[in-house]
Amino acid sequence: MLNSLGREIPEYMEGIGKLEPFQGALTKLSKGWMDEPTIPAPNKAYLPHQSKLCKTLEEAIIRSNPHNGMTVSFHHHLRNGDILLVQTLTILHNMGIRDITLASSSLNECHDPILPYLKDQTVTKIFSSGIRSELGRAIALGVLDTPVVIHSHGGRVRCIHTGKIQIDLAVIPASAADCEGNATGSHGKSAFGSIGYAVIDARYAKQVIVVTDNLVDFPCIPLSISQNFIDHVVLVDSIGDASKIATGTTRITNSPMDLRIAKLAADVIEHSGFFVPGFAFQVGAGGASLAVAKFIREKMKKKSLKGSFMLGGITSYCVDMLNEGLFETIFDVQSFDAVVSNSLLNNRHHIEIPAALYANPFNCGCITNKIDVVVLGALEIDVDFNVNVITGSEGKIRGASGGHSDTASGAKLTVVVCPSFRGRIPIIKKRVHTIVTPGETVHVLVTERGICVNPAFPELENNLRMAGLNIKEIHDLEIEVDKITGIPAPLEYTDKIVGLVEYRDGTIIDVIHQLKEKEIKI
Amino acid sequence: MKPKIPAQAGTFESSDVIVLIEPLPDKAGRKIEISSSVMQQFGESFTKIVIDLLDQFEMTDIHLIAKDKGALEPTIKARLETAIKRSLDLQEGTLKQ
Repeated sequence: MLNSLGREIPEYMEGIGKLEPFQGALTKLSKGWMDEPTIPAPNKAYLPHQSKLCKTLEEAIIRSNPHNGMTVSFHHHLRNGDILLVQTLTILHNMGIRDITLASSSLNECHDPILPYLKDQTVTKIFSSGIRSELGRAIALGVLDTPVVIHSHGGRVRCIHTGKIQIDLAVIPASAADCEGNATGSHGKSAFGSIGYAVIDARYAKQVIVVTDNLVDFPCIPLSISQNFIDHVVLVDSIGDASKIATGTTRITNSPMDLRIAKLAADVIEHSGFFVPGFAFQVGAGGASLAVAKFIREKMKKKSLKGSFMLGGITSYCVDMLNEGLFETIFDVQSFDAVVSNSLLNNRHHIEIPAALYANPFNCGCITNKIDVVVLGALEIDVDFNVNVITGSEGKIRGASGGHSDTASGAKLTVVVCPSFRGRIPIIKKRVHTIVTPGETVHVLVTERGICVNPAFPELENNLRMAGLNIKEIHDLEIEVDKITGIPAPLEYTDKIVGLVEYRDGTIIDVIHQLKEKEIKI
Repeated sequence: MKPKIPAQAGTFESSDVIVLIEPLPDKAGRKIEISSSVMQQFGESFTKIVIDLLDQFEMTDIHLIAKDKGALEPTIKARLETAIKRSLDLQEGTLKQ
């Protein structure tokens, strides 16, 4: 069956179940209630003064009833410095456990060592918001029989509430924890800031292991994760490579291209009609996206304009803006550098939030619903403003859905920033390879060669034209760029589906087909 | 024509291509190696550009290596032409070692 964006979605997928096609960004939510039942979180029993401490991760896993077909979950707050996901799967593999469903909030390059476990069917299913590197390549080429499910950060919480993901074991690395399992990421030698993505895992997993390299006296403050959900606590030498977890401050890009795009995007925001006192703002941590914050900061100071809150992945740059009084509050679901951890710990206007409060569509209002302006990146965008942030131009899975569709759906103004081409590959397509964020939730595209406004928002286009900005029709810009780069030869795919992309409400917005790598004759 | 000397043009930077040429013994023909970050999308057109330019300069007994990081077509042509002319010792303005 076709979904409302014209993508062919199977009605049923072996290993996943019945699929519901995407029908519009707010179609499902506008009913006002959800038909999906909420599965109960497990009840647990513990005796007074019983010890939760285990000597090794292996001992904790043995105590957690490992079994074939189990679902194991992780958070990705340690980013590319994580070592515990690989360690856990290696332990389970060595114990002979098979047919594992891996439910990590995201996967990075540091998880490439698990590739052999996909090949030998230790891991047979994956739920994640992102997949990259060798794993992304192998999955695109069809290493798994069951397609991976790509969800958004908010969608992941919904998946767990509704039982699409039923976690048997959650392994939660924390940079500080006590003997009862109260845990946080906001201090310790491996501090990573907010632990927002793991809160739902702790609540719902049948068994929860907190792993720390910094066992503090009871109680561990703040109680980002609280003891009433934690079964086992393990002290290890290291939870990850601190240099890759969070270091120093995040620097603004020096790339002239990114800075030009960022400046144009800031001009767009200034003249959009949404740059008003009390506005709420979110930017990504990537090149052009973060650089927009630099120009917005200057514009806010110049106009003595104060905003309400910043949301999301938080960098030191956001913290500076909070400390300068430009914004009242930071809501932090994920922190990107070391300075952020200190602020999170010490500033009560810098609030740690769980993924459910950040972006879950199935509740009485997540904070993404309150965003005025969000700036997002794109791997590809098409003439209908649909955005791909998951598959690269070479057809491999190499990105993350993350909060992209969550924030775009909530914001009054969604600005997508990207160069018009990258290394000879045009970014504006007639049709993106994979849709993650539907065009109806994207208002403006900003490239170095011009600004394109979604025709569904004529008032916005009018505001920007009045301000004298260089507005182009997206079809014209697409043709202009194709003339510069040449038209790339199409990639070839098989009929096999290797990935399902869930929209935040659980409907399927697109599928990813198995890539065929062509032999190029020289 | 045959290359007289080994030559190179271009860089390893993104959106550029590095071209290396060395002479081969007589009657060795052409040996071409191409690698590109956009091989799947532009590999065939890239190969055609290389062969057309080698034909245009009637090059033979040549070993050509091109490592591309997504250069645009004019860049590819310019780097190739420069490398060929340098290998023929025809390029003016090339610093001599």
